[in-house]
Amino acid sequence: MSALRVEGLSAGYGGPPVLRDVSFEAEPGETVCVLGPNGGGKTTLFRVLLGELEPQAGRVAGPSRPAYVAQTERTRLDFPVSALDVALMGTLARGRWWLPPRGADRSAAAAALERVGLADRADTRFGELSGGQRQRALLARALVQDARLLLLDEPLSGVDPASAASIAGVFEELRAEGRTLLVSSHDVESARTFDSVLCLHGRQVAFGPPAEVLDRSTLEATYGSEMIVLEEGGAKRAVTVHHHEHGDH
Amino acid sequence: MEVLDFLLEPVQSGIGRRALLEIALIGAFCGALGFWVVTERLAYSAESLAHGLLPGLVLATIAGAPLLLGAAGGALAAAALLALAARDERIGADAGTAVAVTGLVGLGALLAFTPESPTRLEELLFGDPLGVTDGDLIAAALLLAAGGAALAALHRPLAAVAFDSAGAAQLGVRPALLRLALLALLALAVAVAVQGLGALLVLAVLVAPPVAVRRHAGTPGRAMLAGAALAVLAGAVGIGVSFHAGSAAGASVALALCAAAALGAALPTRARRAARPGAPARAPRRTPAAPG
Repeated sequence: MSALRVEGLSAGYGGPPVLRDVSFEAEPGETVCVLGPNGGGKTTLFRVLLGELEPQAGRVAGPSRPAYVAQTERTRLDFPVSALDVALMGTLARGRWWLPPRGADRSAAAAALERVGLADRADTRFGELSGGQRQRALLARALVQDARLLLLDEPLSGVDPASAASIAGVFEELRAEGRTLLVSSHDVESARTFDSVLCLHGRQVAFGPPAEVLDRSTLEATYGSEMIVLEEGGAKRAVTVHHHEHGDH
Repeated sequence: MEVLDFLLEPVQSGIGRRALLEIALIGAFCGALGFWVVTERLAYSAESLAHGLLPGLVLATIAGAPLLLGAAGGALAAAALLALAARDERIGADAGTAVAVTGLVGLGALLAFTPESPTRLEELLFGDPLGVTDGDLIAAALLLAAGGAALAALHRPLAAVAFDSAGAAQLGVRPALLRLALLALLALAVAVAVQGLGALLVLAVLVAPPVAVRRHAGTPGRAMLAGAALAVLAGAVGIGVSFHAGSAAGASVALALCAAAALGAALPTRARRAARPGAPARAPRRTPAAPG
């Protein structure tokens, strides 16, 4: 049985749909990379899957509350919380929000920090962590939720190599545990390491294994003028020009 | 002993003791609540609410009703009007709020200067901690007990939303509902605290303590406790100064609170002090990991 099934999905913000005709399935233990330019519909898809946005058409069948790892820009760096506090926030999904965290909650948060390689930074203020460490702390918060489906919004964007390796290692563990991962990305090359790739450009351009999907015509249809092709020693490599914008659709 | 006598002299009288108790009860709650008011950038809303409830206070004095009733009614009416005024996108939320607040203060003054009104405008604007009644003290104690319990219960969701509102929503927290709860606590605090500090000065006890301690406290919980303690301390200093200098008690308390805020804002944080050349090195609590 699929962990996530999306059929004929269209979604928007009151006006015409900004994302339409999206249909795909993901199995337990499958990793899906969601590629697309700014405004391509990645965030809109995530908002529908998270239940924040009602679809205009189509249907979604999946876990009611997936775990979500947002981009670190959405967090307040001046707020006085430690990495452990951030991981502990994941226990709010278990209910009992009006009581202080229990011993079991603290253990789960500490274990999640250990898993993302931040055990020795547990007491460090979130705002004092490096960009990659912050991303890992947010991943720890999601791990504490113990969700079957995880949505990650550009988790590898701008992180240092050590953090990228740590995050990729956690992805592998989650896959082995049978959890389903949807990871939005701008990095075409990293998409090749996923089980499937979903290309969006206001609509679904392609969905399938990277070897089938990541060809030049699909990438051009996905990215248009945002894509350039580099030739390095005879090998061709697609690179997207990433204009980082807030309010990305 | 002379110093001790000097310090304790203000609380030798029943009036002084009651004033100190009122300010301590109000300060303990508002100093803690203020952390969230400042964090959620609600200081302007708090000021608007405090000023806007003036007509309610004046009407209560005209009717001979308890001030708390007038403050609560005034706060409700002001909140509704402010919410309505802030929604007009043609003029902008801040301008709409400013017009509504000025209108409400004007209405309060107009009512206060009618022949039917007892001349208590000064007290309503600037507070009178020396004139608190048993009812005021009971209201302040209930505010501290019930409001403190509410803050403790809401602590984790409030922190999650302040840190990452969208992320908290995914954890099952409802940020809009939580903000409403925070505004309700704020309205309650203003309605009770206005007895002691008046419509114009009450903001000091809500905003000055968190401004003083926020940069220095390591966690939201510590910031709230430190804010509460500082508010009580500054309140006691204000009452003491008022007693010895013969100055207005409400204004003295407000000035002591604002002085504490200025001092706290001017002091370097622990991290800054540690970063200064020549500062004593402190052993890290844990072994630092490699960068990345």
